[in-house]
Amino acid sequence: MKSVINWLKKVSKKPLFLPLVSVFLVLVINLVYDAIQGNYVFEFLKFELKEGALYGRIIDILNRGSEAAILAIGMTLVVSSSAGTDISVGSVMSLAGSLCCMLLAGFGVTHVRELGELQMPIFVGVIAGIAVAGLCGLFNGFLVAKMKIQPMVATLIFFTAGRAIGLLLTNNKMVYIHLEQFKVFGGKLWIFPTPTVIAAACILVMAIILKTTSLGMYVQSVGINPKASRIAGINSVAIILLCYVICGLFSGVAGIVATSRIYSADSNNIGLNLELDAILAVALGGNSLGGGRFNLAGSIIGAYTIQAITTTMYALGVAKAQAPVYKAIIVILIVVVQSPAVKAYFAHRKAQKEGGLAVAGRS
Amino acid sequence: MEKNNMNKKKNINSHSILLLITVGLFILLYAAGYFMYGFGANAKGFEKLQNFLDIFRTNAALICIACGMTCVMLTGGIDISVGSLVAMDCMILSVGMENSGISPTLLVPFVLLIGIVFGAVQGYLIGYLGIQPFIVTMAGMFFARGMTAMICTDQVNITVDNWFKQVAGIKVYMPFELGAVVNKRGVKMVPYVNIPVIIALVVVVLVFLMLRYTRTGRSMYAVGGNQQSAALMGLNTKRTKMITYILSSFLCSIGGVLYCMNTMCGTTTQALGLEMKAISSAVIGGTLLTGGVGNVFGSFVGVLINGTINSLVSFNGELTRLGGTVPNVVSAFLLFVFIMLQAVFAKLRERKQ
Amino acid sequence: MSNEVILSMRGICMTFPGVKALSNVDFTLRSGEIHALMGENGAGKSTLIKCLTGVNDFEKGEIFMGPEMRPIRNHSTLEAQKNGIATVYQEVNLCPNLSVAENLFIGREPLTKFGTINHKAMLNRARELMKKLDIQVDVTQALENYSIALQQMIAIARAVDMESKVLILDEPTSSLDDNEVEKLFKMMRALRDEGIGIIFVTHFLEQVYAVCDRITVLRNGQLVGEYEISDLPRLKLVAAMMGKDFDDLQSIKSKEDEAVSEEVLIDAKGLSHVRKIKPFDLDIHKGEVIGLTGLLGSGRSELARCIYGADKAQTGTLKVKGKETKINAPIDAMRLGMGLLPDDRKAEGIVEDLSVRENIMLAMQSLAGVVKRIPMEKQMEITKKFIDLLDIKTPSTETLVKQLSGGNQQKVIIARWLATNPDFLILDEPTRGIDVGTKTEIQKLVVDLAHQGKSVIFISSEIEEMLRTCNRLAVLRDGEKVGELTEDLSQESVMKVIAGGERS
Repeated sequence: MKSVINWLKKVSKKPLFLPLVSVFLVLVINLVYDAIQGNYVFEFLKFELKEGALYGRIIDILNRGSEAAILAIGMTLVVSSSAGTDISVGSVMSLAGSLCCMLLAGFGVTHVRELGELQMPIFVGVIAGIAVAGLCGLFNGFLVAKMKIQPMVATLIFFTAGRAIGLLLTNNKMVYIHLEQFKVFGGKLWIFPTPTVIAAACILVMAIILKTTSLGMYVQSVGINPKASRIAGINSVAIILLCYVICGLFSGVAGIVATSRIYSADSNNIGLNLELDAILAVALGGNSLGGGRFNLAGSIIGAYTIQAITTTMYALGVAKAQAPVYKAIIVILIVVVQSPAVKAYFAHRKAQKEGGLAVAGRS
Repeated sequence: MEKNNMNKKKNINSHSILLLITVGLFILLYAAGYFMYGFGANAKGFEKLQNFLDIFRTNAALICIACGMTCVMLTGGIDISVGSLVAMDCMILSVGMENSGISPTLLVPFVLLIGIVFGAVQGYLIGYLGIQPFIVTMAGMFFARGMTAMICTDQVNITVDNWFKQVAGIKVYMPFELGAVVNKRGVKMVPYVNIPVIIALVVVVLVFLMLRYTRTGRSMYAVGGNQQSAALMGLNTKRTKMITYILSSFLCSIGGVLYCMNTMCGTTTQALGLEMKAISSAVIGGTLLTGGVGNVFGSFVGVLINGTINSLVSFNGELTRLGGTVPNVVSAFLLFVFIMLQAVFAKLRERKQ
Repeated sequence: MSNEVILSMRGICMTFPGVKALSNVDFTLRSGEIHALMGENGAGKSTLIKCLTGVNDFEKGEIFMGPEMRPIRNHSTLEAQKNGIATVYQEVNLCPNLSVAENLFIGREPLTKFGTINHKAMLNRARELMKKLDIQVDVTQALENYSIALQQMIAIARAVDMESKVLILDEPTSSLDDNEVEKLFKMMRALRDEGIGIIFVTHFLEQVYAVCDRITVLRNGQLVGEYEISDLPRLKLVAAMMGKDFDDLQSIKSKEDEAVSEEVLIDAKGLSHVRKIKPFDLDIHKGEVIGLTGLLGSGRSELARCIYGADKAQTGTLKVKGKETKINAPIDAMRLGMGLLPDDRKAEGIVEDLSVRENIMLAMQSLAGVVKRIPMEKQMEITKKFIDLLDIKTPSTETLVKQLSGGNQQKVIIARWLATNPDFLILDEPTRGIDVGTKTEIQKLVVDLAHQGKSVIFISSEIEEMLRTCNRLAVLRDGEKVGELTEDLSQESVMKVIAGGERS
């Protein structure tokens, strides 16, 4: 018995413990639900090939969670390096989508049905969209790193302006691109949903960057102790700036995916509240929002967990608009458990059990 | 003493400069509007006193909320739950009156009580458990928005005739028929405001007095100035923070009631993004994001500036077609300018030391 | 002057994990005296103050207040204040955004009969108080509009108005200029004459002799003694603070080491940093260990930081290997083959949430740049090499560095710099807070580095340690380089220069 407890204690300290437990819980809830409903017990895990595409609840979660997962990559870096959050990502997503559609259709045009009506090749529009998102990131990064403005406030500017600029670009109208070549980013690639493939590619790229360069160490070092990092020769301004640019670029990618899904630039709704999901994913992934050490895998699992929770809630019959209540309760539970006061309380209890003297000195 | 007064004149500090810029900007904006849409052949009604009062009428709720936000920002925190809380309040009021036939005499105090409880929970988590305000109020935001949908997912319009509706309809005319004009049909139009405006103005005055003349108010400044010092000087910083968030949510609930009086309905998407409007009003009004500096008068002017921008755009047919976008861009730009100004002043002060 | 005892601390003992911070320390303060508390780094001054003000909980001992010897024990600074003990720190603990009057009275403002703040009464009382203490400020202005010196005086005024009997001034003069210091002293003397007991913690010898009546000296957590100011000339004070007793360790450098290469590695002319270090010249030869000595706050760390670019030099020129260079940030210095081990290990040295390996690789990696990641095998090889070489005691290479002991953390940072194979290494207090065995290891390492032709700046508050390792000593006092000693290095000669007054 005791060894089990010890094992639990050890495991619960692993970085991926929290996100994996969440995934596990979601899975169990699904199994129980299906069993009660009299469905096939492993309904949740089932997937099938229908009309040349994969279907199934898991596939659906992976597909719908793509944007949040892509955003979570950038957000993880931003949180780690600057101990703050970028709340403009959702708005920037929408801006990227709007710019892309506007460039493709031409200003003021609302529908594109033929390939010939395009003003420029699709890939140029897509790259322009991603690039403008990168510029937004550069602007945010400049304010945070160089002007030392609190991240949340600095990014508030594009949070407010991003969507609005998008609407200006599209002349306050929905711009539709009814072209298979454009729909593909939000559609399917061979048998897989493209967003899933793009998310996987983004994760892969970031993983490779972290593996082959020392960016991860730089970012964490700056986030943990900027003074010591400076003495050791790291330029923290440049690193924080870079993190915001990366975050911006990924917002652009997510924006293109979201736009392609509905093959239209809908500035008012694309990426709405996704910044909150991305931040939540980082926290759920076991990363401290106070910056420092990060775990990218955790954030990504966190993002898909949120989607799994949402999908599960819909399956359980919770209306879409009501889902935030449960999300809120989950967030509060996570942060309360992680809060310094609660941690100190448990440390104190533990110390009392062990007999206080050693800890009294430490505190 | 004379010497002191001399010093005072020379020593206008950066905070008063920020406030002066804000007030000056408001006057400038309004004057620009006057010359563009209220002068000679171009006259479209901007010159009318009623237009000025309409800015108050449309923003009564926001004025209340911005007051609460200012207090929170003074302590160095932030409260992004306010927009959702307004939506929840409106929904409770609408559903309560329309579907359940409950008297507003019960509902309004109930909504205010919800505000206090909501604020107390957030305040406890932030003040006593030391969790980041952004995260706590973000959860509050989710919660309130979700609860709104739990109560009802459809739009509920208030059609029952009760004192709530009657009060909302009362027009308070300007005394001495100030600014009265005769319209084309020969009817004399006396400019008016409504009850929400008066409540909002009372709130501004009360919060101003609270911040200036009570220990709680001064503690908010102290906590925002330097929390550690405040604690060393014997102030209960945790309690101060909790009170601040209670106040914010309470004022937000008053704002919710006023909002409902204006819209007379409850929907799940109501007051989306209102928190950011409140924050940007406070920032434009000279409230420092790092806490400790600012006052409700500045935030009040900040709301008016945002309101004037909206009003200006509504007078321009070309821009009106673009809906709410132009004001947002202008507002964001102003926000940027003020944040930069604050950063520059902060750097100057650092150098001085 | 009544001169009765108002505060008495008896047999105070306090241990931090692994270190005896205070052992059996007595301290007595009389009313109407300014009492200097002196000691080098780690002597236990601040720990003693913290025990008194309730920040630290001591294990053994008693504190008595007042002539009636009332026993007290504070658990927080607030409680200490209620017991009449107020502290004013170097960084003022007031709210910069509030007015002077509010800072004086916040939490105890005069109220009107409605329970609201009576601003008028508050302003009047504030003006009275300022007048009484002869502080010239407009009490309606925000505190941040005034200089640090005035802010400190206002903090003292608050303490005085709260009827404190004991006033602790913790290094109040570090950021003040001479004029401001004089004003502060005037105020201190006035308060002393009113019968308040003042504990004055400072590193400036001149100031101690200018204003204090009595001195208590601590060393290594132990009481050295309490002296009347007239009984303790400078030289004796320095000796008491630094300790005269040589330990038995043999000199680790042999005679032939004394001969250093003629090749000049670093040649600094007129480097300075405002308020931190006055313009200085320094040349460092290849294979030389040069010690910077002086009391804490004398500018010994600041001089080194100025060369390294940790605090960018504002004037002067720097030649490295004969070439004039401009150092804007530490990375520039690193590219020239320098390294700095800072004195505050926690604040500027370790990156506590990174692993031992990452901490060791940090400087080498930042030299290589972000793109060229050093391959993992090589990282492991280097890490293991230095763990063996410096005998770093860690469970694994991936252990977080915060889990190691202080001495091992220090070795990790040394390893970080050795990994970059520097030509010139600045070691600022490398042996502080670590056990004797490790100390000797580090000293030997310094001499070894010199053998390999590397140059080292060695900074320490222990003279004997410097005498054992250094070829040459530069002495600093009050932010100024006051002398260099090459021949005939002895405790006597060094202390004389440090103490000043009697020119050598």
